[in-house]
Amino acid sequence: MLKLILNRLMVSIPVLLAVVTITFFMVHAAPGGPFDFDRVVSPEVMEKLNEKYNLDAPLYKQYFDYLVSAIQGDFGPSFRYPGRTVAEMIAIGLPITFELAIYSILFATFLGITFGSLAALKQNTLLDYIPMSISMAGICIPSIVLGPLLSLIFGIWMGWLPVSGWGTYAGDKLLPVVTLGTAYAAYCARLTRGGMLEILGQDFIRTARAKGLSEFRVVVVHALRGGLIPVVSFLGPAIAGLLAGSFVVETIFGIPGLGRFYVQAAFNRDYTMILGTSIFFSALIILFNLLADLLGAAMDPRVRESYSDE
Amino acid sequence: MSELLQISSIWQDAIFRLKSNRLAVFGGVFIILLIILATLTPWIAPYDYAQQDRVLGPTPPSFQHLLGTDYLGRDLLTRLLYGSRISLLVGFIATTVALIIGVTWGTVAGYLGGSIDTWMMRIVDTLYGIPFIILIILLMVVFGRSLVLMFMAIGAVEWLTMARIVRAQVNSLKQREFVLAAKAMGVKETTIMTRHLIPNTLGPVIVYATLTVPQVMLLEAFLSFLGLGVQAPMSSWGLLIRDGAVSMEESWWLLVFPAVIFSTTLFSLNFLGDGLRDALDPRMGPN
Amino acid sequence: MKLRNLFYLSVVLFFASCGDSESIVDSALKDQILLLGNGTEPQDLDPHTVTGVPEHKILLSLMEGLVTRHPEGKGSVPGVAERWVISEDGKEYTFYLNKKAKWSNGDSVTANDFVYSWKRILMPSMAALYADMLYVVKNAEAYNRGEIGDFTQVGVKAIDDFTLKVSLNNSTPYFLALLSHYSTWPVHKPTIEKFGEIDTRGTKWTRPENFVGNGPYLLAEWKLNDVIIVKKNPLYWNAGIVTIKEIRFYASDNDTTEDLRYRAGQLHLLNTVKITKIQSYKTKYPDQIHIDPYFGTYYYRINTKREHLKDKRFRQALSYAINRKEIVETITRGEQAPAFSFSPPDPANFYPSTKLEFNPSKSEELFKEMGYGVSKELPKLEILYNTSEGHQKLAEAVQSMWKEYLGLEVELVNVDWKTYLDREKNADFLISRAGWIGDYPDPNSFLDMMVTGRGNNKTSWSNLEYDNLIKKAASATSTNLRNSYFDKAEHILMDELPLIPIYTYTRVYLLHPSVKGYYPNILDTHPYQFLRLENTN
Repeated sequence: MLKLILNRLMVSIPVLLAVVTITFFMVHAAPGGPFDFDRVVSPEVMEKLNEKYNLDAPLYKQYFDYLVSAIQGDFGPSFRYPGRTVAEMIAIGLPITFELAIYSILFATFLGITFGSLAALKQNTLLDYIPMSISMAGICIPSIVLGPLLSLIFGIWMGWLPVSGWGTYAGDKLLPVVTLGTAYAAYCARLTRGGMLEILGQDFIRTARAKGLSEFRVVVVHALRGGLIPVVSFLGPAIAGLLAGSFVVETIFGIPGLGRFYVQAAFNRDYTMILGTSIFFSALIILFNLLADLLGAAMDPRVRESYSDE
Repeated sequence: MSELLQISSIWQDAIFRLKSNRLAVFGGVFIILLIILATLTPWIAPYDYAQQDRVLGPTPPSFQHLLGTDYLGRDLLTRLLYGSRISLLVGFIATTVALIIGVTWGTVAGYLGGSIDTWMMRIVDTLYGIPFIILIILLMVVFGRSLVLMFMAIGAVEWLTMARIVRAQVNSLKQREFVLAAKAMGVKETTIMTRHLIPNTLGPVIVYATLTVPQVMLLEAFLSFLGLGVQAPMSSWGLLIRDGAVSMEESWWLLVFPAVIFSTTLFSLNFLGDGLRDALDPRMGPN
Repeated sequence: MKLRNLFYLSVVLFFASCGDSESIVDSALKDQILLLGNGTEPQDLDPHTVTGVPEHKILLSLMEGLVTRHPEGKGSVPGVAERWVISEDGKEYTFYLNKKAKWSNGDSVTANDFVYSWKRILMPSMAALYADMLYVVKNAEAYNRGEIGDFTQVGVKAIDDFTLKVSLNNSTPYFLALLSHYSTWPVHKPTIEKFGEIDTRGTKWTRPENFVGNGPYLLAEWKLNDVIIVKKNPLYWNAGIVTIKEIRFYASDNDTTEDLRYRAGQLHLLNTVKITKIQSYKTKYPDQIHIDPYFGTYYYRINTKREHLKDKRFRQALSYAINRKEIVETITRGEQAPAFSFSPPDPANFYPSTKLEFNPSKSEELFKEMGYGVSKELPKLEILYNTSEGHQKLAEAVQSMWKEYLGLEVELVNVDWKTYLDREKNADFLISRAGWIGDYPDPNSFLDMMVTGRGNNKTSWSNLEYDNLIKKAASATSTNLRNSYFDKAEHILMDELPLIPIYTYTRVYLLHPSVKGYYPNILDTHPYQFLRLENTN
């Protein structure tokens, strides 16, 4: 197991390098630069700015310069916000996005697994159709609709909850978490149902039932473990996706998280910030995928059995 | 041994089982109906999709405009019909692209395992890490605006998660007796993958695929925002929903009707998907 | 279990907030806190490197120039300078500084601070984007371009600590107005040099713990992408009139979010009302919606180097086929005026005598004259715009008008902001959407832009007669003469139409009734020292 982890961490180095390289050349090839503004900058000023930010050097040289400083942990200043460093901005935005993502994923898995297992156990009954329909509706409503809709209902019509902020006003975290979590809850429900149906039909479950174990034991102890494999392998990328994709929710609810920085950086052509956040997100994705794989391996009875056979 | 025999008759059984699932049949019929409507749109749409009546502006449903009009006084029903052509195409083509790449990639990686698996999955990780917005903007600069490109761009992004799901599934399947047996009997590796592994991953794959369809339809609206997608005044469901969300208080019909047709389609698709999943389940008997 | 706690907590909060009927703006009135939505996160708070509107609005609270804009837009009122004398030829300004004007650390604001600051923004190595605002000052342009290296040759001198003398190239009637632009504001030398050289960009001097300003407010807190909080500055020379104790500028990059925030009682001001909502807000919030004149023009740029478009008759035909009245009534809906000139008509200053008709039959004639439909086929056009609801709706309307009246096929090309700027810069467009808000309340802010070779011209259009008129206007000695040159220039522009004006902007916003002293003015500048928060009852 330890070897597996070490191995994965080793191979993640070329992954990060590839991400940096591809992203670096992509952002420089994209039309428009960090210093293109509505009010056109004179060529002299542009020249000076490029000089200041090392943008006048040949591209390959800029690339190696960046790489060298990045390896030393220096991701440079943001081009858009000259008074800030990329590292500082990530440090400010990450905890907020992380908190949002964790709450949302907890909300999503709890709701999703409950609904999904229930639906699988009561296949083709109302207890299957209703939760599954709700979850389908959850997938159909994009956060760009759900967010403003919830704000309108609970924030403006009812006046119960604040419509923006993060830890600024009482209860301001609730709407963003529900908005972000709903779609994922729906995915979890559907994947759980699929995975559970798969497992419930298998011999070892029939055996367990035949042994006269209680239904609760059968489901929670035996079936869930295997039935959740698709959910777990989805969760890795989902958490990473939540982190990167939280920008819609962060924008709608005015949350100063990293997702917003990431997307704004792309639109602002803030080269260093795009690179910094991309590296960072890649590292997170690798980490979560590794965790998901480990968890998946630990949960799958067949994989476990084959380990013990060896 | 018994599992091996089942595979030969898996498709016949599946069709039989599918037909007896009423919800799945309903879903299938609805989708087919929608495809027919989308195909016939230029002949059956009550107005031209670009025809404006600016002085009229946004109006609720009426006899002239069954589903109302938008801000520029365009007929919503017409725009929905035209939008269905784009959205259905995106939904199906992009999902198919994602499906083909994702399932192949995941199966090969999962079955072969070892360092091939490691490197294939690292490529997936790399692609996850590349900033999507920049990628799309670049694609547009290099190739210009085109629908085909958009399908490919969406498909190319959506296959990543699919690959991970399939790989995880295959990883656990390959330890199963029937695969080991086939291996022992000297069945070719490609045959094991196509005949034994892929059919057994279909359950989660179909479920995930039906979940991907709404995602790509909405992603299309975002790509249109970046300039890659549909070009105004043509529209799509995703775009209509986006527009509707902005003015939901003033003009409810602009959000409600697109949202209803979108959801109904996805429900149908989903019933069909679940039906297929159940039908393809190799452990279920013909009844 | 964590989740259960979360749910429990949320239920409690639900009911807790139910009982609490006082909204956030209500309690803000008690504490005298002004809550403003402020657009995107400011790039920085250094007046010599920033460029945007959000930055301007925050800096307006933290710093002050020689003069301040009158809250009702009626010219300039004393800022750091308590009075000033203008020489007869209008080229020499002597400013007498208020001895009570202090930096927030207690130092006096001196004439040398201004010399230092203007040197800073004009230094070529500073690469300041707004350095050209000071080009009206003698030798400032030459110094900024690196043609002279000695700053003492530039027309700004400290006669003594509290007397500043400025020499201009020409009599510049809008010079005082320029002084209320942040690029001309002073910075505190010891603070700048504590954190870097005079020309270092992006040092830590703008952080709350380091910031030294001279405005009515002090920088208290800066939460990135969230909020900037400023508090009343007791050392401000005019602190006696400042009644609002604190201002919070909330960063928001989404109009819908700001709309919801305002309506949920979290903000005093909603900067942008979506075009789809203007109509209903007029009935819903009649006491809160304001529609004020604004010094800006919405227009379409034409790439005059391209086939077909290089013929001015073609451009005229396009203009004749735009029904501007219908556009402002059915699309923008904010009581904008159909444009008939490039510089917005300002009854107080310059009112152009040009006309732009809606007359499709004239376009038809022009097309016939050029041979379209007879010997030439109609070209396919493209309208480039950055993705936004408003631009798209307007472009769709124009597309439909040109199709209807001219039979032209027009493709709409929407791209993201930076791609749009890049394509405009490289003249990679046929027609592109544009808007311009004057930096100072003078037609020169618009008309100078179309002079040959100016960076913001972007249409490749060049007309020597026009260039000459603008040059003559710059050195004109009387207002009438000056305006007559501008009028002639406008006539050339509206005949040649390298750009097709569509409408004159208005500011449409919602303002909470408790905010007083917020008067309409065409530059949309509202110095905070003149605002008050008062009970409406």
